[in-house]
Amino acid sequence: MAILLFLTLVGYAAGLLLPLCVPARPKVQNILAHGLAGVAAVGGCCLGITGLLAAKPFEMSVPSTLPLLTFAIRLDPLASFFLLTISLVSLAASIYALGYVTKFYGRVSMSLLGSLFNGFLLSMTLVVIADNGFFFLIVWELMSLISYFLVVTEHEKSDVRYAGLFYLIMTHVGTAFILLTFLLLFQESGSFSFDAFRQPEQSLPDGMKTMVFLTALIGFGTKAGFVPLHVWLPYAHPAAPSHISALMSGVMIKTAIYALVRVCFDFFGGYFPWWWGFVVLAIGAVSAVLGVMYALMEHDLKSLLAYHSVENIGIILLGIGAGMIFHSYGFEELAALGLIAGLYHTINHAIFKALLFFGAGSLLYATHTRNMEEYGGLLRRMPWTGACFLIGAVSIAALPPTNGFISEWLVFQSLFLSYEIPSLFMKLMLPIAAAMLALTGVLALTCFAKAFGISFLALPRSSHAKHAEEVPWPMRIGMGFLAAGCVALGLAPMLAVPIMDRVTASMIGASISEKMLALGGWALTPVNVEFSSISSPVLGLVLAATAAFGLALVALHGGTRAYRYGKTWACGLNVTPRMEYSATGFVQPIKRVFSTIYQPTVKLETDFLEESRYFAKRRRFEFHIEPVFQKYLYDSVVTFMSGLAHRLRIVQAGSLHLYLAYMFVTLVMLLLLAL
Amino acid sequence: MITDQSIFQAIALTLAQAIVLISVAPAIVGLIRKVKARLQCRQGAGIFQPYADLRKLFRKQPVVSTTASWIFTATPYIVFASTLTAGLLVPVFASQMPLNFAGNILAFVYLLALGTFFLILAGLDAGSSFGGMGSSRESIVASLTEPAMIMAIFAIALAAGSTNLSTIVHKTALLEGIVTDPSSHVMALAALFIVTLAETGRVPVDNPATHLELTMIHEAMVLEYSGRYLAVMEWASGIKLLVFLTLIANVFVPWGIATRVTPVALSIGLAVYVVKVAGLAVLIGTIECMFAKLRLFRVPDLLGVAFILALLGLLFFYILRG
Repeated sequence: MAILLFLTLVGYAAGLLLPLCVPARPKVQNILAHGLAGVAAVGGCCLGITGLLAAKPFEMSVPSTLPLLTFAIRLDPLASFFLLTISLVSLAASIYALGYVTKFYGRVSMSLLGSLFNGFLLSMTLVVIADNGFFFLIVWELMSLISYFLVVTEHEKSDVRYAGLFYLIMTHVGTAFILLTFLLLFQESGSFSFDAFRQPEQSLPDGMKTMVFLTALIGFGTKAGFVPLHVWLPYAHPAAPSHISALMSGVMIKTAIYALVRVCFDFFGGYFPWWWGFVVLAIGAVSAVLGVMYALMEHDLKSLLAYHSVENIGIILLGIGAGMIFHSYGFEELAALGLIAGLYHTINHAIFKALLFFGAGSLLYATHTRNMEEYGGLLRRMPWTGACFLIGAVSIAALPPTNGFISEWLVFQSLFLSYEIPSLFMKLMLPIAAAMLALTGVLALTCFAKAFGISFLALPRSSHAKHAEEVPWPMRIGMGFLAAGCVALGLAPMLAVPIMDRVTASMIGASISEKMLALGGWALTPVNVEFSSISSPVLGLVLAATAAFGLALVALHGGTRAYRYGKTWACGLNVTPRMEYSATGFVQPIKRVFSTIYQPTVKLETDFLEESRYFAKRRRFEFHIEPVFQKYLYDSVVTFMSGLAHRLRIVQAGSLHLYLAYMFVTLVMLLLLAL
Repeated sequence: MITDQSIFQAIALTLAQAIVLISVAPAIVGLIRKVKARLQCRQGAGIFQPYADLRKLFRKQPVVSTTASWIFTATPYIVFASTLTAGLLVPVFASQMPLNFAGNILAFVYLLALGTFFLILAGLDAGSSFGGMGSSRESIVASLTEPAMIMAIFAIALAAGSTNLSTIVHKTALLEGIVTDPSSHVMALAALFIVTLAETGRVPVDNPATHLELTMIHEAMVLEYSGRYLAVMEWASGIKLLVFLTLIANVFVPWGIATRVTPVALSIGLAVYVVKVAGLAVLIGTIECMFAKLRLFRVPDLLGVAFILALLGLLFFYILRG
């Protein structure tokens, strides 16, 4: 295991350093950096699998000269699971990047991009295996900073700089809260090692426990990007190069989920009141619904995907929150079920979100625009990208028999099993969360019908789309790898569930994989086989059989006749792209029905001809929706801060004498205090 | 469950159910049309007219739009397969279906959603404004029905202690392990009925007999289809209607369904089933004559009512059970 760990870390480190040393030939630097990252990611995958299978956690520590800091590493099942998730996506990203970064040749320093890419992967790997608070904070900060530098890759654009700055501020607010969490824990245990934090005999006072939970929730929540801390996500994720967006949206935000599970189930040993679970559940439900609703209104493909991360983090939190609630009421098996559902959705989201970001990257690569309204008809021009994107879309819309369906199904089951809980309030709240999840699911379906339909179907809406060509092979392989993952995790949950079961068994102590797999693994049930069961391989088989049945039915009735091509009927006119439904038009009914949430404003200005009011010279149509949280929560803070800064500017008069006087007064005051 | 049946019997039962669904569906569509015609003082076509229509469509050479991609030609089969697969999860004439283990009510809902997803894509594919309009409207109706449907079904599932449809039907038919609670049952039934009207594109949500751009939803999406593709599409939408009627008939009044696999029980089950769905078809035909189609933006109110009813059903269940 130590060898694998060595291989992974050295691989990333080499990828970090070597591109900076070789001569400035972009092609060499590209292959070197991403090749090394790919090798290291394979090592990471193997390490994750060995960590999950190992009988006891692998531990290693290197002491440092700084007090309280040890470079301690621990690979328990939870860390291994997240390491596996990160490494799988990293591997795909490394392959994809080989082709994708060629579009930056000559514009961006390839050595720097490749080196930062490796540094980013290295820091994420270290975050999940760190076993010391101090060490964790260092690598966490590294991860945040490197991702900031990657976000501002195209820093010549002003919106990219804005996104980067926004991200930098938000992530540091988060880090401050995380620091506070660890300091509170340190205060009680007197050490920064995670071992000290997780001592079961350590009895934090209740108030302190609550403080730790809340600071952790805010601190890690800013990284996870749940509502209302999600505002940076739709700016920062799209601004980065697409393979980086895939990593940020697919796996970086999962490190926060990792940390939350670590804090609640590991540090507190699962001893927490029921309302913690309820808070997590409520945040999850609100994030899921609002995330998908804002996604629907986005026509920038990458922003749309970024908002879907808010949604999916919400779904993951629904699973984990349900698990926490069950745990606090003592239903250990159901708690394990909720946690497994959350973890399953974590790996699924990592895979299909990265796939979709790769797809968006390929569209950007081929058409040079992220605006969906300028796509159209791309399925014929880019069949590979189209097929992979379709698989990703079906998965994220949670349709059977793909992986998103299985994990959402598990989340639904853990919410439905709420009837076991003694409290009436919880009995009702969990099904309502399930109804919100149902709404989320079907809105996600709408959103991806829009994203795929407007981008890939009908006629090209711009000359960019008309001249698009299929992307190079490395990008197709990267996407195909993840698309295969979507199908595999959907059709073979019997292979995935035991893996996650090892994680929950180590956290909660209840091992339920045998109960969850009925009929020799062919059917999946939520602990209680009587309550419900599902078998995705059989469903897949029946789907294939019924489709074949339909084809046979057609063949029987002389359906072998070839079809004829004809123009789409457009009331006698020639069909043009302007007749097609646009993305804006597609979501108009939804905007209207949910106008309470969107608060849309429409402005229509018309200049008429002077001669007649019946002829318009010029019309201007303006439309936007109100980002509620940004307006009421963030803007008020910003207004307050800038107001305060404005007031405080009085002290900054620009006169050197005055500043010297300040120093003198301060000195005198300090001397007086010292006396 | 599959355990007490031989694999042979299981396959035979599943196939028989598939054949019943496929063959009865056009007749139900014909029956509704006939009822509507008679109530409107018209003679109307015979009940079996849809079979002749399908036969005719199958023989015609289809025309495919030059702008369309493979999604357009694949969609009819995907819609057919997903609808029929969902139908196989609902017990039709025998309460213990072998495929019960393969999916519960959520699988049923999401399988239908798979069909909806591709239908929406197909609507966009031809590039005409009508298709896009239908797709856009379909998606809003689907968004509002699904939460109501999930809540209604959960309210029913609670009483039977299961979300697998065969188990619910079997237990209700035998009154075994059921907490009898008519009020929550009735509310869930009302909610599910509204959902059925919306999901299958009937008045007052959609009008299946129209081709006016102001009113159509489902028809707008399939406007570009012709020949065998249209036939498969029409057949699939007939099956969807029948599956929903089956759901209502067998989940709420399962009595008469074959609880054991014997020739006598199965024949009685089939006969009772046909009578029940025919009754529901007459009811739907009557409703379509009595109500006008709602404006699209009034539909959310109707579906909101369905959701609230389902939620109340759930609340009543907990309160009345104590």
